[in-house]
Amino acid sequence: MLGASPVEAYRLIVAGALGQPERVAFVLSAWAPLLLAAAGLLVTFAAGLWNIGVEGQVLLGAVFATGALRALGHLLPPPGAVLLAGLAAVLGGSLWALLAGALRAYGNVNEIFGGLGLNFIAGSLTVYLVLGPWARPGIASTSGTLPFAPSLWLPTIPVPPLEVPGEVFLGIAAMGAVSVALRGTYFGLHLAAIGRSLRAAHLRGIPTTREMLRAFAACGGLAGLAGFVLVTGAHSRHQLFPLISGGDGFLAILVVLLAGRSALACILISGAFAAISMGSLQLPLAMQLDSSMGGVIQSLLVLCAILLRGLRARLVSREG
Amino acid sequence: MAASPPVVFAVLGETLAERSGVINLSLDGLLLLTAMVAFAAARATTTLLAGFAAAMAVGALVGLVVAVASLTLRQHQVAAGFVLTLLCQNLAYVLGAPVAHLPGPQVAHLPLPLFRNWPVLGPVLFSQDPLVYLSIAATAAAWWYLAKTRPGLVLRGAGERPAAALARGIHVTRVRYLYTLAGGALVGLGGAAFSLAVKPGWSRPYGIEGTGWIVLAIVIFGNWDPLRGAAGAYLFVLLQTLATVLQSLMPRVPTQVFPTLPFPLMILALLLVTVGNSEWVQRGLRRLPAGTRRGVVRVLRALQASPPAALGVPLEQE
Repeated sequence: MLGASPVEAYRLIVAGALGQPERVAFVLSAWAPLLLAAAGLLVTFAAGLWNIGVEGQVLLGAVFATGALRALGHLLPPPGAVLLAGLAAVLGGSLWALLAGALRAYGNVNEIFGGLGLNFIAGSLTVYLVLGPWARPGIASTSGTLPFAPSLWLPTIPVPPLEVPGEVFLGIAAMGAVSVALRGTYFGLHLAAIGRSLRAAHLRGIPTTREMLRAFAACGGLAGLAGFVLVTGAHSRHQLFPLISGGDGFLAILVVLLAGRSALACILISGAFAAISMGSLQLPLAMQLDSSMGGVIQSLLVLCAILLRGLRARLVSREG
Repeated sequence: MAASPPVVFAVLGETLAERSGVINLSLDGLLLLTAMVAFAAARATTTLLAGFAAAMAVGALVGLVVAVASLTLRQHQVAAGFVLTLLCQNLAYVLGAPVAHLPGPQVAHLPLPLFRNWPVLGPVLFSQDPLVYLSIAATAAAWWYLAKTRPGLVLRGAGERPAAALARGIHVTRVRYLYTLAGGALVGLGGAAFSLAVKPGWSRPYGIEGTGWIVLAIVIFGNWDPLRGAAGAYLFVLLQTLATVLQSLMPRVPTQVFPTLPFPLMILALLLVTVGNSEWVQRGLRRLPAGTRRGVVRVLRALQASPPAALGVPLEQE
């Protein structure tokens, strides 16, 4: 239909993602923000919340991290500045998520629409900052702010034969922490109860509003960290630019939908999705295929998984 | 006025589907995909009608996927819809790449001969393209169908009290299938109205990204009513036009900021129609003096939006 062989396309995607060590390094650095955002989404999904605002929370994290580095980069020793930038990103993402949470909790605005609106506002805020107050000296262009010095980049950790970007470990640690928190704390149990039935949880005396807001804040914080990684990561562009998140938040939602709330599955699937995203960037050069092909493959996979899950449940209930 | 048909058609389509109890969340991607399909089909066949038909077929097809996933396979409607949003958007970019930035057919204006020469109102109301007339007629038809006809009653029953409808021998699932498909087709008509009339052609990005989400919000703002929904659609198009005017008045603000102006307004509008349901507003109201309270309550009531009772709730068949 597209005048291109699908087998050839898949081969190109795989080669584009894993063909050379530096390609693998790029996939790994695309993996980290996905891991962080997906870890956050596990928290909100546990409470049955659709935090589609995650995309904007990633952006706000990137904005806050950039702001902190711009302000503190000269004042503090680099590790301190980077650490504070990370904390600022967590703060920015949580605040943006709390806004969507407050709209839901106090204004009855469905979190899908509150979050979406906030996504678009975060997008225009980023463009405004890049073109306005944070523009490069002399030229204001959409290509981004002045890149940060290498001393402010996250380190890579050698795991022969690869140089693994440090943020990957951050992402896996976040996934582990979320997994433990959801299973082993009162917060996690409360969220599970809210996810099953908001009403029943409320009647059983669980402070539902507070716990829901905390879930939003936790997800936003992790999404903000994803934004921080997009700015400071070892293989990132080390600057703020429009579309910096490039749909990472939405992709993380797909990951969690496919993984069905299992942290381990999230880790594996987000890795595969990062590979597909990076690999499909090779398609336009080699086959004149649009790089959105990666998005088509990813969403088609998730759609099939949803349909198959339903089909299986239906067959099982027929037999039983 | 000329820019309104796509939004109006999409709002009507989604209203129909949601009144029967099914959320088709895929709108933002679906509008893009159907716009691309309409343009590609109209270009390939050099027939406008083929473009509209193809877009409506694709819209119905995506509606079918939502229906199968949620009604037959009992998966989460929002999950299926969200995935379809991304799938449709990416498909539109991939499949549309060969026809991007190419010229193609578009709908011509059709002034109504008798009325066109009326002063002031004539040029505004009666010198539009046929889609404008069609969208106005469709709004009236949708309202009449929902409010006054027996199939409309069945449709509302499926969305409000599915158990009762079932008890009366109505095939609730079949009804929901029907209107999810019909609603999808109407959304497809909206997409076609973009690429064949309002924004002729195709490109990436096409420039309507985000409109589908606004449409979903307008359906809520419109309290799931065709007339109020259409009013919301006209209001949105008006605001969009104002944003372009504002842009030319304020050259120092980056141009990318203006297209996002509708979104804060969308949040405010949703807040306005839903805040009356929340506890703290009720508590606050009790403290107001009686006279003021009655006034405020009346305003809130009038604005209040309440969804069809069984929206998104799967039907439990015993």
